[in-house]
Amino acid sequence: MTELAQAPGPPRRRFVEWLMSRTLTTWLLSTGVGGLVAALVYPAGRYIVPPEAGESATGTVTLPFSPEEIQPNEGKIFKFGSRPGILVRLPTDELRAFSATCTHLGCIVQYRPDIGHIWCACHNGHFDMNGHVVQGPPPEPLESFVVNMRGDQIIVSKET
Amino acid sequence: MRVRMWVDSLGAYLEDRIGFDGLRQLAKKKDVPVHRHTIWYYLGGMTLFLFIVQISTGILLLFYYRPSAEEAFESVQFLMAEVKFGWLIRSIHSWAANLMIFTLFLHLFSVLLVKAYRPPRDLTWFSGVGLLGLALAFGFTGYLLPWNELAYFATRVGTEITGALPVIGEFLLRVTRGGEDVTGATLTRFYAIHVAVLPASTLAILGLHLFLVQKHGMSVPPSVEREGDVGRVMPFFPNFLLRDLVGWLVALAILAALAAFVPAELGSKADPFAPAPAGIKPEWYFMFMFQTLKYLPSHILGIEGELVGILGFALAGLLLLLIPVLDRRGARGESSKVFTWIIIGAIVYIIVLTYLGYTANPTV
Repeated sequence: MTELAQAPGPPRRRFVEWLMSRTLTTWLLSTGVGGLVAALVYPAGRYIVPPEAGESATGTVTLPFSPEEIQPNEGKIFKFGSRPGILVRLPTDELRAFSATCTHLGCIVQYRPDIGHIWCACHNGHFDMNGHVVQGPPPEPLESFVVNMRGDQIIVSKET
Repeated sequence: MRVRMWVDSLGAYLEDRIGFDGLRQLAKKKDVPVHRHTIWYYLGGMTLFLFIVQISTGILLLFYYRPSAEEAFESVQFLMAEVKFGWLIRSIHSWAANLMIFTLFLHLFSVLLVKAYRPPRDLTWFSGVGLLGLALAFGFTGYLLPWNELAYFATRVGTEITGALPVIGEFLLRVTRGGEDVTGATLTRFYAIHVAVLPASTLAILGLHLFLVQKHGMSVPPSVEREGDVGRVMPFFPNFLLRDLVGWLVALAILAALAAFVPAELGSKADPFAPAPAGIKPEWYFMFMFQTLKYLPSHILGIEGELVGILGFALAGLLLLLIPVLDRRGARGESSKVFTWIIIGAIVYIIVLTYLGYTANPTV
């Protein structure tokens, strides 16, 4: 802009001269090339980013097995929407359910009858039967679900 | 005599159309310094040879492999059981991948210890670190392709690591997985990266790397220079190249033996709704990082332990890349003991943690 202010002649002519000057040519050229690059890179970049999936609305599932199929001191993985959950029957006969995705690096946890709590094989994380971390690297407890019985069916739902 | 005439006229034809003067000049000019560290000059070529094996066997595997969650495991199973020599091709691909990473690491650490990264070979070093990154990406993406249990969980953990990064983590996680979870979408994505993106990038950077090696010649270690043990050379062609070829033949023999006696395993098909099996582990070259993550507590100074670990490794990678810039004394040809000890420390760390990864009881 200093060029514009210092150039001789009336402002309009100066503006026309500026338009014709190299500054503008450079600007047009560089933005033209820039625009071309952007026009090529943006669609390709957007193409690589997968479309956003709607947040799974699953709040309640009916498990595909009956209460008799799970013994005391045993754990079973079930599908909670698109994510895995784990149902455990405690030695006291009580049923508990948690998200089976380890809060550390996303492996699927398992119930270990020999130690009586939930364990993740990937990085040796241990969770007690309230989902709390008792040992190892997981930073947060497992999300716990509510277990209800409806006749011979086990219903697992998110805590509200 | 007839044949001789044919060969001669073909030679004359090609000479006229292409002209081999440039190549002849190059072969005559290029020589390799001879001193007590000459042996380390062979490792780059060895890595290159194994990469060529990877391209050849990889192309063959493409004839039968099907990149979908429903078919990938079965197609590899079919290849191993039904296709003639299918087991051999896949085993060689798997073993050569491991050997390539191994020779690449040896190449890396030998270049570090003989300080061959000093200017003007700094750009050669940067391109080499780039190739290391590409090789690890090859290993990581290729590991998933058979869609077996081990690969599935290794990929879950490996990709989850990007998700732990602040701000951009979640976005990166979705891009690498092709969705929120490791699914068939991840498999096709890894497949595209493994067979197209990485080979193309590797060829480009490898071209630059080899051109620079050619342009600057072999580096003589500063310790050798200081002792004045310089000046002895051997011609690259044919002396060094023939020695190279002997090494490649040995590598081929080792590969064939490994593939025949310890064929690649397949394990059981990945099940996204089964717990991670005990003893789950990544490829051996990721083991030291994996094991480090196991030992970190859940929180360090209020930050999640895994994040500290990941940022620590990222920083170490950055330092590795920037070594030619950081080692000022080395750049002047002086001895830089500090860097030598840091490098030796890193080697010891990697060996010890890898050893622990294979021996420490994973269930306690």
